[in-house]
Amino acid sequence: MSLAPYRQPIRRDRVFRLLQSEPDFSGTSHGVILYIDDVSVSFDGFKALDHLSLAVDEGELRCIIGPNGAGKTTMMDVITGKTRPDSGRVYFGRDIDLLDLDEYQIARGGIGRKFQKPTVFEALTVLENIELSLASSKGTWKTLFAKVDPAQARRIDEVLVTIGMQDQRRTAAGALSHGQKQWLEIGMLLMQNPRVLLVDEPVAGMTGNETERTAELLTSLAGDHTVIVVEHDMAFVRSIARRVTVLHQGSVLAEGSMNQIQADPGVVEVYLGEEE
Amino acid sequence: MLTRRLLTSDWGGTFVLGLLVAMLIAVPIANLMVPPDSPYYLSSYWVALLGKFLTFALLALAIDLIWGYAGILSLGHGAFFGLGGYAMGMYLTRQIGEQGVYGHPVLPDFMVFLSYEELPWFWLGFDMFWFALLMAMLVPGLLALVFGWLAFRSRVSGVYFAIITQALVFALMLAFFRNEMGFGGNNGLTDFKEILGFSVQARETRVALFLASGIAVILGYLACRYIVTSRFGRVLIAVRDAEDRTRFSGYRVDHYKLWVFVFSAVLAGIAGALYVPQVGIINPGEFSPIRSIEAVLWVAVGGRGSLFGAIVGAFAVNGAKTWFTVAYPMFWLFALGALFVLVTLFLPRGLVGLFRRRREGES
Repeated sequence: MSLAPYRQPIRRDRVFRLLQSEPDFSGTSHGVILYIDDVSVSFDGFKALDHLSLAVDEGELRCIIGPNGAGKTTMMDVITGKTRPDSGRVYFGRDIDLLDLDEYQIARGGIGRKFQKPTVFEALTVLENIELSLASSKGTWKTLFAKVDPAQARRIDEVLVTIGMQDQRRTAAGALSHGQKQWLEIGMLLMQNPRVLLVDEPVAGMTGNETERTAELLTSLAGDHTVIVVEHDMAFVRSIARRVTVLHQGSVLAEGSMNQIQADPGVVEVYLGEEE
Repeated sequence: MLTRRLLTSDWGGTFVLGLLVAMLIAVPIANLMVPPDSPYYLSSYWVALLGKFLTFALLALAIDLIWGYAGILSLGHGAFFGLGGYAMGMYLTRQIGEQGVYGHPVLPDFMVFLSYEELPWFWLGFDMFWFALLMAMLVPGLLALVFGWLAFRSRVSGVYFAIITQALVFALMLAFFRNEMGFGGNNGLTDFKEILGFSVQARETRVALFLASGIAVILGYLACRYIVTSRFGRVLIAVRDAEDRTRFSGYRVDHYKLWVFVFSAVLAGIAGALYVPQVGIINPGEFSPIRSIEAVLWVAVGGRGSLFGAIVGAFAVNGAKTWFTVAYPMFWLFALGALFVLVTLFLPRGLVGLFRRRREGES
């Protein structure tokens, strides 16, 4: 893959943000869907990401592991536009530079994110939570007069069934258990119909049974969507991962199948070794 | 259809609206038709007082919409209330005309006193009622637009936002205190004679202003209720409870905050415009920071996040204030402080929360 067209430090058409039109997400069809190129982020001298480069293929289910402080969450912040890196580029598809976009544009463009701590709108019901995530017009005037049309209602029901909450649609999200909130948030992600799902610690606080169902759900999503999972639970990673990336001190330490990773002496030393 | 959406499952709001309508019918009758020696007679003092409370209720609604639903705490809503008030005050001042002390046909008394040659440009047009009313909405709205755009774009929120709104209202107070500003300085604008050709002192005018205020509160309530029951309102709640989540769901949080902040400022401006002819004066005191904090307290007492609670709170606190400042003038500030502490400690959901808790206990 040639990187030459990507190496433009300043794009003249993007200097003035006001002149920037809404991004065109049509060029994200085949091959590599997410390409992180030499990204560095530091907070007060601490290097959270250190020349991190990483490519994820369309439809892949990728697990990202690493000890605390390896930069997993910072990486997600960079991809979703929350944190601006000091250097490097992040590409979505072939020619969309995510660093030029704001969070809402990235979200609308098809990158959904689940937070580490399950984050749902606690004062609203399950149904309202899901409805707010509908991939529909999200401008102020449109929402003031918005109604759910039949197609959207069907989609909402579909997602409620997928996450197994069709009987709890009127329950306030705040009253759900920790595991249920995780599922609701995954459901909200699905409503956005994203091309890429970034899932931060999806099984934290779940029971064995719930963990199993989450594994099934994420595996079934891969293919139609690209799923990137950050997780600490090694048993869970082993059960779903085809390809694993190990982060350490802000850059990639190793990448490969779970067996390859486990055999890598460097990985054993910094991460897997600690657990045993 | 719309009524059903706005008022079903809003028993408290329906009840409060019912009370308001009853008041709007009873007060004019008790003032205009009941003979003064009857025990049911209501003096014009009371009409003006209740009318004033109604404008406060509208201000409280405006604050509750942004604080209770979008989580934006503004401690400077007096700025918008005051600007709306000044716009109306300027109209009323220009209506004085030759009835002023100096009898100048165009210039208000204070301008003659300060030896102005001609009317400053920003006073032009205020001899027309519709223009003044438009400005009472437009000026607060524009200020909120610029201020909110700067603040929300830079993601200033929470206590930092509250502090800069205090700074805003304080800056306005200092500016309006200056004679050079051309708004009557320290003394403000007063000695009004006529509104739309009717004497502001006349009983009928007072009743009309009272009715206008009551209708404004009802319409304001229904408008706010429409907003909070729409998907827009649910986005506001989402912003309040989990701003990042809302952003990553594809919403432009800053646009939502700005929109509702401007709407709230316009409501506050209307409240101010209705307030001034009923109290007969507008001066920079309206911009004092404590006034804005008090308005937030009405909402806290009534019940943050419950629109009708804001109306209840405005009446409860101002009723208590009126009684205290007559009976125990020295103790009002202490009572106010105590109220703040007690509400924070024991009534996190305000007076309205008392009922709600009992209902939940029953079920």
